[in-house]
Amino acid sequence: MTSAAPHEATPTTDQAACTVEDLSVGLTGRNIDVVDDIDLLLGPGEVVGLVGESGSGKTTVGTALLGYARVGALIEHGRVLLGERDVLSLDWKDVRQLRGQEIAYVPQDPASALNPSIRIGPQLVELLELRDIGTAEERDDRARAGLAEVGLPNDDEFLRRYPHQLSGGQVQRVALAMAFLPRPKVLVLDEPTTGLDVTTQGMVLETMNQLCRSHQVAALYVTHDLAVIANIADRVAVMYAGRIIELGPRDQIFAAPAHPYTRALLDAIPHLKQARALSGIPGRTPGPGRRPSGCRFHDRCSYAIDRCADEEPPPVEVGPDHTARCIRLDEIGSWDIDLGTVPDSDPDKTREPILSVRDLDVYYGRKQVVHGVTFDLGRSECVALVGESGSGKTTISRCVGGLHRDWTGTIDFEERELAKGARSRTNDDRKRIQYIFQNPYLSLNPRMTIEQIIKRPMKLFGIAKGKAATDRAVELLEQVALGPTVLKLQTNRLSGGERQRVAIARALAAEPDILVCDEITSALDVSVQGSIVQLLEELRKSRGIGMLFVTHNLALVRSIAARVQILNAGRLVESGSVVEVMDSPREDYTRELLANSPSID
Amino acid sequence: MSTTTATTSGLRRMLHQRRLVAGMIITAFVVVLAIIGPWIAPYGEHEIVGKPFTHSGSFLGTDYLGQDVLSRVLAGGRSILVISVLATALGMVGGILIGLIAAYVGGWFDEVLMRLNDVALAFPQILLALLVLSAVEQPEWWMIVLLVGASHAPRVARLVRGVALGLVSRDFVASAEALGESRIRIVLAEVLPNMNAPLLAEAGLRLTYSIGLVAALGFLGFSTDPGGADWGQMINENRLALLVVPWGVLAPVIVIGIFTIGTNLMADGITQLAEKGGES
Repeated sequence: MTSAAPHEATPTTDQAACTVEDLSVGLTGRNIDVVDDIDLLLGPGEVVGLVGESGSGKTTVGTALLGYARVGALIEHGRVLLGERDVLSLDWKDVRQLRGQEIAYVPQDPASALNPSIRIGPQLVELLELRDIGTAEERDDRARAGLAEVGLPNDDEFLRRYPHQLSGGQVQRVALAMAFLPRPKVLVLDEPTTGLDVTTQGMVLETMNQLCRSHQVAALYVTHDLAVIANIADRVAVMYAGRIIELGPRDQIFAAPAHPYTRALLDAIPHLKQARALSGIPGRTPGPGRRPSGCRFHDRCSYAIDRCADEEPPPVEVGPDHTARCIRLDEIGSWDIDLGTVPDSDPDKTREPILSVRDLDVYYGRKQVVHGVTFDLGRSECVALVGESGSGKTTISRCVGGLHRDWTGTIDFEERELAKGARSRTNDDRKRIQYIFQNPYLSLNPRMTIEQIIKRPMKLFGIAKGKAATDRAVELLEQVALGPTVLKLQTNRLSGGERQRVAIARALAAEPDILVCDEITSALDVSVQGSIVQLLEELRKSRGIGMLFVTHNLALVRSIAARVQILNAGRLVESGSVVEVMDSPREDYTRELLANSPSID
Repeated sequence: MSTTTATTSGLRRMLHQRRLVAGMIITAFVVVLAIIGPWIAPYGEHEIVGKPFTHSGSFLGTDYLGQDVLSRVLAGGRSILVISVLATALGMVGGILIGLIAAYVGGWFDEVLMRLNDVALAFPQILLALLVLSAVEQPEWWMIVLLVGASHAPRVARLVRGVALGLVSRDFVASAEALGESRIRIVLAEVLPNMNAPLLAEAGLRLTYSIGLVAALGFLGFSTDPGGADWGQMINENRLALLVVPWGVLAPVIVIGIFTIGTNLMADGITQLAEKGGES
């Protein structure tokens, strides 16, 4: 991974390419702020990472730099200075001229940013054409040079392609080329690599970094992914509930975070090189209008005292160029990255396999997507299936769960062969193998109450009835840290993390021996991921549940799994204990995957 | 997390939807009028109050036999409303079953069912009723219910299948499959309750069409009681004097119009409510 150039100092206001002063964005017609009190400097050639969980207002700050607020929101006050000009007080015509030319924006989903009916070439040239820059020939040359810069082919054939004929990574690089084409001074990148595979993400980040440095572009990189930030940013701004709560040089933020929220966030992130135990942050990020008074983090902060609820903490200097908004900075002591390791990752531990998959071939219609995969899963053991999209990892898990029937080979459960579909399996098999889905927004019936959802498996498998079932439901909800208050609610009242906990509780209600977890944390924020992983680890130990954990996140594997199977294009590349595979990988593919995975260590 | 249950907040949201409330009030007004009409009518349904097509009787004048128009409008709503509601209910149930099964089973079964459905859709909706009713001597009320209901079913089925297709691919259905829930339960308890909003809106729309169809059948002479008061039939009976004493035609037309507006507003309101609710 690229490492950023050593950073000298925060640029002063005169040097800055872009200065944000006292920016505040609120909801139209209501006295509710989305983001508030934002001060930020972007120096030329500098990448500033703006990191925050969902609902923190990071995208709002990003688009406010272009003088834009989404429908329903309004930029209330503040200044965004580009040299002498304030973007927010310019005429809309001038702002339009400015956008793209001086401040460029790379959106989260490039596929929706490119016009699907215009070929790549004209699409790149369009921007220059609209502004009457250069002759037709010059524009064409510049477009080709732009594509070369981002490492894409620039022959006629490529320029004639439509966006749907490119891969996700290529589309994102076209968007990047487009943003750099008019030589902007400031670039806002809104989670540009979310949804890309790690290898592609690595390449896109590398390209972006090089271009920013060589063209002296000031970049604001908006993301929820601290690991990405750790690899590319010079300075990091951490947002929580609409405020920048900590701002400082990258090395400072990651080595000596001052704010309790930053610390908690770092505690929730898995590392590649060390099997660390993860912890989550209790509660959830308050949305606009629900934010507490005083320090906005005080109701979830483990260091909070009464004074935190009353006083709005101003930014306090903690070190050179490093500020944090916390009134107890001097009292909370220093931070230690080492939370302790997960003990069970010992490679020589004796295993007692209960599920074994032999020569699994899986088909979708005539197409074979998984080729001869063999592995097993022990009692009370967590095995990770890792691979990029299209590697067949979810497909394998669906076969184990009985959700996909078109396969050959054998799947043995306690030395008995399992039938293909869930319906042809015995009730006992169905009970003992439970599947948890990736997206908790889709896997829980929105019309049912939490109580109905959790009681369903108990009824189906004859585990408990009536009062006993209610008691068990309450007990399960407590185990997943939700409490009985949610029993009568429908899922639309819960956040993503809470929904996933309900899904886990439903799986546990069946008293399974095996949990199949399909990317169950990928739709969730890191702090929530931390607590879910913590929960699963406890359940595995206390109930002896074996887990098949499907994920694309190698760092997460380190923290949760004992064994790992690396998949590529439907074939098993490498397998073994996590320690062996990740510390001394034998295959090139694994090495490449490890090298491309962003990590904060 | 607030402790109010989902139902009360749903009710409150519903009352905030002006379109829906207005629609409900208008519909309720017409329904109440049709129910209590015979009792508050100044004259009897068949009572001759003066010469035909004159301004005698109550303020709407008399019809082609000299019966009081206002009294007949008040008396003529009950049968049309009851028949329409029953026909709509029948059509909805039939259509929902066909659409749900097609979407859930899928494959060639879905294909065959839906192509047959397309054939049914190719004919005008009133054709089936006309064909059968013209073959019988005296139409019974249940025949009209059956025929109008049957002509709704394929149209409802098409919508239901479309909505259900989006639901059966969701993971909560897969999750129920993995738990080994019975297929009937999955269709009725997991999928169907998630379609409430589009189904209610469709029911409102179908009710409007039912009234139109039943009134049209009445106008064409296919009513359960040839001499009785019936909004559709009244339009036919009195159309000769449309230019002289227009109320004989206008009054039933206006009532049908108001009712249609009411049910349509309700259907619209439900759709908007569902969009705003943003449940998922």
